[in-house]
Amino acid sequence: MEQGAARLVPPPPIMVVSRVLRGFAVVLLLALALAGPARAQGEGGPIPALATTNFDELSRAIERLALSGHPQALPIVEALRDGRLMFRQEDRAVFWRDPAGAMRDAATGEVAAGVAAGGLRPLRLNNRVRRAIDAAVGALSLSNADPRVRLAAAERVFRSRDPEAIPALDSQLARETDARIRRAMEAARAAAILASDRAEPEKVAAVSVIAARGDLDARGLLAGLTGASPVVADAAAAAVAAIDRRQAMVRIVQDVYYGISLGSVLLLAAIGLAVTFGTMGVINMAHGEMVMLGAYTTFVVQEAIRNHAPHLFDWSLAFAVPLAFLVSALAGAIVERTIIRFLYGRPLETLLATFGLSLVLQQAVRTIFGPNNREVGNPSWMSGAFEIADITITWNRLWIIVFAAVVLFGLMLVLRRTAFGLAMRAVTQNRRMAASMGIRTPWVDCATFALGSGVAGLAGVALSQIDNVSPNLGQSYIIDSFMVVVFGGVGNLWGTLVAAMTLGVVNKLLEPVAGAVLGKIVVLVLLVLFIQRKPRGLFPLKGRAVEN
Amino acid sequence: MIRALLGDRLVLVVGFAVAAVALAIGIGNLIFPTDSALHAPTYTVSLTGKYLCYALLALGLDLVWGYAGILSLGHGVFFGLGGYAMGMYLMRQIGTRGTYGHPVLPDFMVFLNWKELPWYWYGFDNFGFAMLMVMLVPGVLAFVFGWLTFRARVTGVYLSIITQALTFAMMLAFFRNDMGFGGNNGLTDFRDLLGFSLRSDGMRVALLWASAVALLLGLAVCRFMVASRFGKVLTAVRDAESRVRFLGYRPEAYKLVALVVSAVMAGIAGALYVPQVGIINPSEFAPANSIEAVIWVAVGGRGTLAGAIVGAVAVNLLKTVFTANLPELWLFALGGLFILVTLLIPRGIIGSLGALRLRPGAKLGDDPAADAGRA
Repeated sequence: MEQGAARLVPPPPIMVVSRVLRGFAVVLLLALALAGPARAQGEGGPIPALATTNFDELSRAIERLALSGHPQALPIVEALRDGRLMFRQEDRAVFWRDPAGAMRDAATGEVAAGVAAGGLRPLRLNNRVRRAIDAAVGALSLSNADPRVRLAAAERVFRSRDPEAIPALDSQLARETDARIRRAMEAARAAAILASDRAEPEKVAAVSVIAARGDLDARGLLAGLTGASPVVADAAAAAVAAIDRRQAMVRIVQDVYYGISLGSVLLLAAIGLAVTFGTMGVINMAHGEMVMLGAYTTFVVQEAIRNHAPHLFDWSLAFAVPLAFLVSALAGAIVERTIIRFLYGRPLETLLATFGLSLVLQQAVRTIFGPNNREVGNPSWMSGAFEIADITITWNRLWIIVFAAVVLFGLMLVLRRTAFGLAMRAVTQNRRMAASMGIRTPWVDCATFALGSGVAGLAGVALSQIDNVSPNLGQSYIIDSFMVVVFGGVGNLWGTLVAAMTLGVVNKLLEPVAGAVLGKIVVLVLLVLFIQRKPRGLFPLKGRAVEN
Repeated sequence: MIRALLGDRLVLVVGFAVAAVALAIGIGNLIFPTDSALHAPTYTVSLTGKYLCYALLALGLDLVWGYAGILSLGHGVFFGLGGYAMGMYLMRQIGTRGTYGHPVLPDFMVFLNWKELPWYWYGFDNFGFAMLMVMLVPGVLAFVFGWLTFRARVTGVYLSIITQALTFAMMLAFFRNDMGFGGNNGLTDFRDLLGFSLRSDGMRVALLWASAVALLLGLAVCRFMVASRFGKVLTAVRDAESRVRFLGYRPEAYKLVALVVSAVMAGIAGALYVPQVGIINPSEFAPANSIEAVIWVAVGGRGTLAGAIVGAVAVNLLKTVFTANLPELWLFALGGLFILVTLLIPRGIIGSLGALRLRPGAKLGDDPAADAGRA
């Protein structure tokens, strides 16, 4: 109410002058405060100054106390507010009564023995003093030693826009070292200035300070500005527009980040397929189930650690990653030896047989682990989130992006820099020639399929951190994975990367416009149309290897 | 033409078997009293009708896969669209008997607070229009899809994958409430068809017979197509598309005709299926359903027509038995079937029978791709 009145009724000029003067006084005091702990000015420091019955003097004394940085300042001011502050007329010593009823010396905060409330004179308040007290409490929290209290106080001022807090903010700003709190205080000061009756240029400057804050609170404050002069109102309108633009940018950046995050998940799911489908031409519909095996391996590892060595829980993924690779690779090798090798050159039959295999694996997992979701925990270093420029980034998503990159480059290294990779590429390009050169092609086939499946197992470890570990886990990724591989161009890991990221980002950018489901449908339809335009994907292989 | 129809003895046998079973079950249900040994329970009538619808779907799939070499993993789209068209007609027939008693809007639209019928629901109160749509919608979709893909020469597994994406996208779309097809729950709570209650025995037998007639007609159409000059070219496209093109034919035109006919058959199958099971929902578009239909054809023997019907009925009989007695094991059985059939009997049941009938050593040539692969 008081603020409202202060804003609506312009104060007489003389008061403005006095405020300006007070501002000078504050600066002066600050200089003193910075020079050393404020004490011994005038009549022996701020505390004896409280011992007065003159309301004006008392108000000034409160302000001085608040700015002095005196360690007892807050309890004293609170005691004053609650009518528990008293002084001894003879030597102007000030005492306050603590909630337990004991009298304490205001200068030291110690219990003052032998002082009785009866011999003291309580300090009385009027509205002016109460305002001074409120400002002092605000100012004292602004100068509190605990940074969180300071930040909260600054935010409070930002919301209340109390012009009384400006001097306290000024004084605290001069010594604040925490950049984040400084920003909050500057914004709070600007908000208070907008609510005050200060000169127009100062207000315009304040608008720009608030605009720099750039969040929705700032937008709300500026958009809700009433009764401002045209210049200030124009500045505010421009600032609101700037904030809106900035928010739109932040949203786009955020969507792109989420898109990259989704893209890295797609990449992980598809990269094993890029090996089996891309280089061997084997349609493995059970690829998703290899991912699922990796996720369940993670679950089993975590269960074992929970039961036998709980202190290793943060390391569970370090165990799960190699184990998941081995489990899925072994499963892949068995599948290749028992089913797929009989079906080389018959892709459609391979498709059907591996689809049957996926049903069997799903049901097997359902029988062993039950049909419900199993809980896989995040290690502590993967849980939680942090914020960069208004974008919330969760650790698990970030680690998955890193993991996807590591897997991709690891795989590239294997394919390009190892003897096995060389043999694999040779068999892909010309099976007969490779065989003539002494490469054992059946062994290479088996190892390639095992490698692709093992990478799928790695994807399972990552997916267990963000998705439900259930028998249907693989199914939900298989179509997307095929889309990524086909879109990127078969047999091309870079193409897989580009395709996964493109699909992820396009999906997330479409989501706010079209909704999650419709966005996905649009992406699928676009992909189908794209494949019809370029049946060999974004980066088709050239040369003989292409001919089917 | 008659010779073409009668040319394949296995097709004739299966056709007669379908007709005989449908007749026997229908008569057994309507004429013999419940305590008679010859009585067929209503459940059996509906179940058989359902099998025949699946068989019609499989037949259409066999036409494109077995003869044109197009492995569609999305035939559930055509089946489901036919089913939805029929479902829309049946929804409009409910009239004021729905929970909300709205004379025009189906219950789910009232529930969603819709005020008027979306434009694409217009006309579905007319049986003739609805039946036209049952064939037109899948046919047009197949035409557009096929025209785009075949012209771009998308073949083999790429084609299979995008048909799968198509049905997946369709499923996601129909799950949305805003689509105006009942979302998750689909269309259900049907009352009557052409004024007769769907729950009456007479109606059920009529639907069974309609399914049988549709299946036999479909069989005749397919047989006629594959035995004709058209069928010869189609088979040639399957076996050596480039060579056919070099000979001056346009493979895409042949494939397109086969796909459209097949889609229309699937649509009719779906339309007959819906009143017999009483519901149509987006799960019919699930990719797994479409692949399951492929395995019916594979089990029966692709490229034999008769095999599609035998496979569809056999696998679904097996499914009924398993899900009733050992539901846990059904997916093992189905998955095993996929693996074993492709590994051990790639020609399927009928295909293998056909091979036995020929003199030993004769080249069957029904699956040169497989032969080439093995070589």
